[in-house]
Amino acid sequence: MLLEIEDLNVHYGRIQALHGISLTVDEGEIVALIGANGAGKSTTMRAISGLRRASAGRILFGGDDITRMRADRRVVAGISQAPEGRGIFPGMTVLENLTMGAYTRKDKAAVAADQQRVFELFPRLAERRKQPGGTLSGGEQQMLAIGRALMSRPKLMLLDEPSMGLAPMLIRQIFDIILEIREQGTTILLVEQNAQQALSRADRAYVLETGAITRSGSGSDLLVDPAVRDAYLGVA
Amino acid sequence: MDFFQGMADNFSNLWTIIGDLTVTGLTQGAIYALIALGYTLVYGVLQLINFAHSEVFLVGAFGSVMVWGWLGYSSGAAAVPPLLVVIGMLLLGAVTASIFSGGTALIIERVAYRPLRRKNAPRLIFLITAIGASVAISEIVGLLVDRKVVSTPALVHQKFQVWFDPSDIGLNINSFGITNLQIGIVLCAIGMWLALDLFLNRTKFGLGIRSVAQDEDTAALMGVNKDRVIMLTFLLGGLAAGVAAVLYNLKFPQITFDMGFLLGIKAFTAAVLGGIGNLRGALVGGLVLGLVENWGAGFFGNDWMNVTAFVVLVVVLMFRPTGILGDSLGKARA
Repeated sequence: MLLEIEDLNVHYGRIQALHGISLTVDEGEIVALIGANGAGKSTTMRAISGLRRASAGRILFGGDDITRMRADRRVVAGISQAPEGRGIFPGMTVLENLTMGAYTRKDKAAVAADQQRVFELFPRLAERRKQPGGTLSGGEQQMLAIGRALMSRPKLMLLDEPSMGLAPMLIRQIFDIILEIREQGTTILLVEQNAQQALSRADRAYVLETGAITRSGSGSDLLVDPAVRDAYLGVA
Repeated sequence: MDFFQGMADNFSNLWTIIGDLTVTGLTQGAIYALIALGYTLVYGVLQLINFAHSEVFLVGAFGSVMVWGWLGYSSGAAAVPPLLVVIGMLLLGAVTASIFSGGTALIIERVAYRPLRRKNAPRLIFLITAIGASVAISEIVGLLVDRKVVSTPALVHQKFQVWFDPSDIGLNINSFGITNLQIGIVLCAIGMWLALDLFLNRTKFGLGIRSVAQDEDTAALMGVNKDRVIMLTFLLGGLAAGVAAVLYNLKFPQITFDMGFLLGIKAFTAAVLGGIGNLRGALVGGLVLGLVENWGAGFFGNDWMNVTAFVVLVVVLMFRPTGILGDSLGKARA
């Protein structure tokens, strides 16, 4: 198992956001986390990347307990995240944003090669490399967020709502690229409100409701699950 | 009528001595600017006004005078030493002041701010520990020097140079001179600003600082160690304050343990005036403040110097609440 979460609890002050979540992600998988607004999807992501402290439970990464590890150390360990709202540094150029993605790396030649690879995945970014991140369109920012998350050569990439605010055609394109990234050897855990896309592309998925996991299974199984269809796919 | 006549006299008086006022103003402004850089850097990264920064400057000023004193260059030393010795002393003073000021800045961060950050304390609390740290440090310095005025050694032989006579080009103002020291001080301020600007925009450490200033959570996701970035920021501000301290020692004959207060307020004003969080703003704000208060002193009389400075601050902020150049380090915090 690359990632194992055991009985994870997270509190915001007195409010409990996650109630004992357990999930696993195996090497080479694409796993989706779906659920309504406020179900705790982003909180789960933030707990994995270290922006939120777990109040109870354990997070194991590659067999090591990282529950108490600082967020910046987890990047070195091999976790990267394209956060909710994309988190583009608005005052930095596209190039500088990508350099930030490789902040922990010292192998300059390989970083340059990876930057080239990102520009091949997202030719739009290459055109705009000198432009400040804040002036990009929503879709371009999403591409930059994903590209930047690749720059640390992560073992596990966390994608928080990669489809948010994008046109349907762009969503398909982004998911195509996510599949491609997996083909190149990166494991992916993604959070989505667009359950249709997420379930049809993911190997496995978990359904999160008010801070607890209520269902799990292969993406194709959940896609035909009547309860899931009713609640998240907008079809009766 | 007398009042207006007085104003007119003042104005013609101001005009005839405007050259000297301008040179003095720019020199003082350069020192404000160097201190302002520290306020602006820390604010840009933490949105925190480090009110103890004036004492970062203070410790550097006393540190360098102390080391000079150990080497026999204290006040009252009859003659200015030979040039090579002067250069050595200036470098030594700069290194000493930077170590003292940088060290003080790091200690303040560690003792007064970091424990509060760990506990997510509200902003107001930082303000109180800042004022506490400021008072404590200035009183400690006061104890060490018996609360006495300390004289600075005359290290630089100030050469007065009149470049041209303004009446030659038809201007009805007094001729004015510029000393080597005044030129040096202004050049130092510009040089320090340039160095910091390059550091922030061209190096990886600078990129790390800017990332925390723009979005600290995302910076952590990139692997940036926030504590280290904050320490570095305080250190950079301390270095600039150290340079300011040496220049101050060269320019003014005496220093006192409580001089940080007004100077700190002025430098902070300069930072706000230029646009806090903006390095160039600190430079521009410092120079503008120095100019304005000296012109004000020439126009209204010396007692009005500080009044002019703060009235100008208020007026500028009324029309440009973000200062002359606006926020930039944490710019477009989207």
